[in-house]
Amino acid sequence: MPKISMKVNGKTMSGEAEGRTLLAQFLREELDLTGTHIGCDTSQCGACVVHVDGVAVKSCTMFAAEAEGAEVTTIEGMANEDGSLSVIQQAFQDHHGLQCGFCTPGMVMSAAALLKDNPKPSEAEIRDYLEGNLCRCTGYHNIVKAIMAASGQDVGAIAAE
Amino acid sequence: MYDFELVKPSSVDEAVKALADEDAQALGGGQTLIPTMKQRLASPGRLVSTLGISGMDGVSAEGGVLTAGGAATHGAVEKGAAGSYPALAALAGNIGDPAVRNRGTIGGSLANNDPAACYPAALLASGGTVVTDKREIDADDYFQGMFTTALDEGELITAVKFTIPEAANYQKFEQPASRFALVGVFVARHAGGVRVAVTGASEDGVFRWTEAEEALGKDFSAAAVSGLSVPAEGMIGDLHGTPEYRAHLVKVMTGRAVAAAS
Ligand SMILES: Cc1cc2nc3c(=O)[nH]c(=O)nc-3n(C[C@H](O)[C@H](O)[C@H](O)COP(=O)(O)OP(=O)(O)OC[C@H]3O[C@@H](n4cnc5c(N)ncnc54)[C@H](O)[C@@H]3O)c2cc1C
Ligand code: FES
Ligand code: FES
Repeated sequence: MPKISMKVNGKTMSGEAEGRTLLAQFLREELDLTGTHIGCDTSQCGACVVHVDGVAVKSCTMFAAEAEGAEVTTIEGMANEDGSLSVIQQAFQDHHGLQCGFCTPGMVMSAAALLKDNPKPSEAEIRDYLEGNLCRCTGYHNIVKAIMAASGQDVGAIAAE
Repeated sequence: MYDFELVKPSSVDEAVKALADEDAQALGGGQTLIPTMKQRLASPGRLVSTLGISGMDGVSAEGGVLTAGGAATHGAVEKGAAGSYPALAALAGNIGDPAVRNRGTIGGSLANNDPAACYPAALLASGGTVVTDKREIDADDYFQGMFTTALDEGELITAVKFTIPEAANYQKFEQPASRFALVGVFVARHAGGVRVAVTGASEDGVFRWTEAEEALGKDFSAAAVSGLSVPAEGMIGDLHGTPEYRAHLVKVMTGRAVAAAS
């Protein structure tokens, strides 16, 4: 099997991948980065969202070899240097933006991509941006709240918990 | 999914050579092809990626024509067309979700010609051409029924050219589960007449509603189409909507697109 390498969360990592090896599978099974989840494997749920060269992608719908040499960021790369939770992660905890937590890695990666382009999104913009991230538990309100809070905005007006 | 060889050419020439193999297929963003391969509905022996080909990812406008590279992502079209062709930018910005738009390409969408896809309506209503490694295909000759186009085996879409209309708008009635178009109508008012293209509705894929084009050519208002009717025959019927429902939506969405055209 050919070996490929990419920069994951700032470190160059390599592993074996066939043509058909999906990026999600490579991250989880070759690099043991199991924070990236596979919820549907059909491009619908967004649990597998990671950043490749700075943009959000569904890693279940991209081949690992397509990311060869790219800079990849996964949920494991989101905490602060000292290991404490990043602003977005902390906001998810503070605002109960997760229950079972299965969708959360994808939600956090999508939220980070949104805030990079749009540092003060409106509630509607947040909901629109999360179209490809499904959550079975929370009903979304607290996720939206967490992202509003992470962007330093007032969350009072968003529907109750 | 069956295994295959992934080739990443950096030029159109290299890509065309790699595609000459009978078992080879182009890979754009993979947003349609990868799910299809997972289901083993496609099993190419070689995939030739378009995303790294130099000069195939840009979007530019000049002399009333917007040109998008065949590997321009939906996100790139959304940004690149915002100033010159806002109706097209809005359409691109509403395909799927942000992660899909960061990978999916205009060439992949037009090559696939899904009967519920958005770009086919934009290209057919705008008028323009599909540019390949071999030739330019007029929009009116390109679409040949659901999932069928004028492309030959191994032919690569290198660019897509849209004639920028004076005013245009796309109205998409979303299928609530897939968010593809249950019915989508693109209305474009050109100096030489109005073009109306409908996606999502017909069993023959995207089509021009010529009766509405004539009526709107005389009077560009929503009222001009309110007296027309679309036959239900040949419309798609499924659990999301009957043929009659889709036929009705064609008229409603056309009226809305005319009212919103700018
Ligand atoms: C969750 C989700 C929601 C979506 N919603 C919408 C929507 O609302 N509206 C919509 O229109 N689409 C939608 N799509 C489809 C999306 O737009 C796809 O990106 C697009 O249809 C295919 O583009 P691609 O670049 O991913 O092509 P691929 O999947 O890579 O390829 C598709 C086909 O095109 C061929 N091909 C690719 N590039 C070329 C080329 N340059 N020349 C010749 N042949 C080529 C391939 O061989 C293959 O047969 C959605 C997809 C997903 C996953
Ligand atoms: S696992 Fe990738 S979108 Fe669901
Ligand atoms: S917290 Fe359980 S799926 Fe979102």
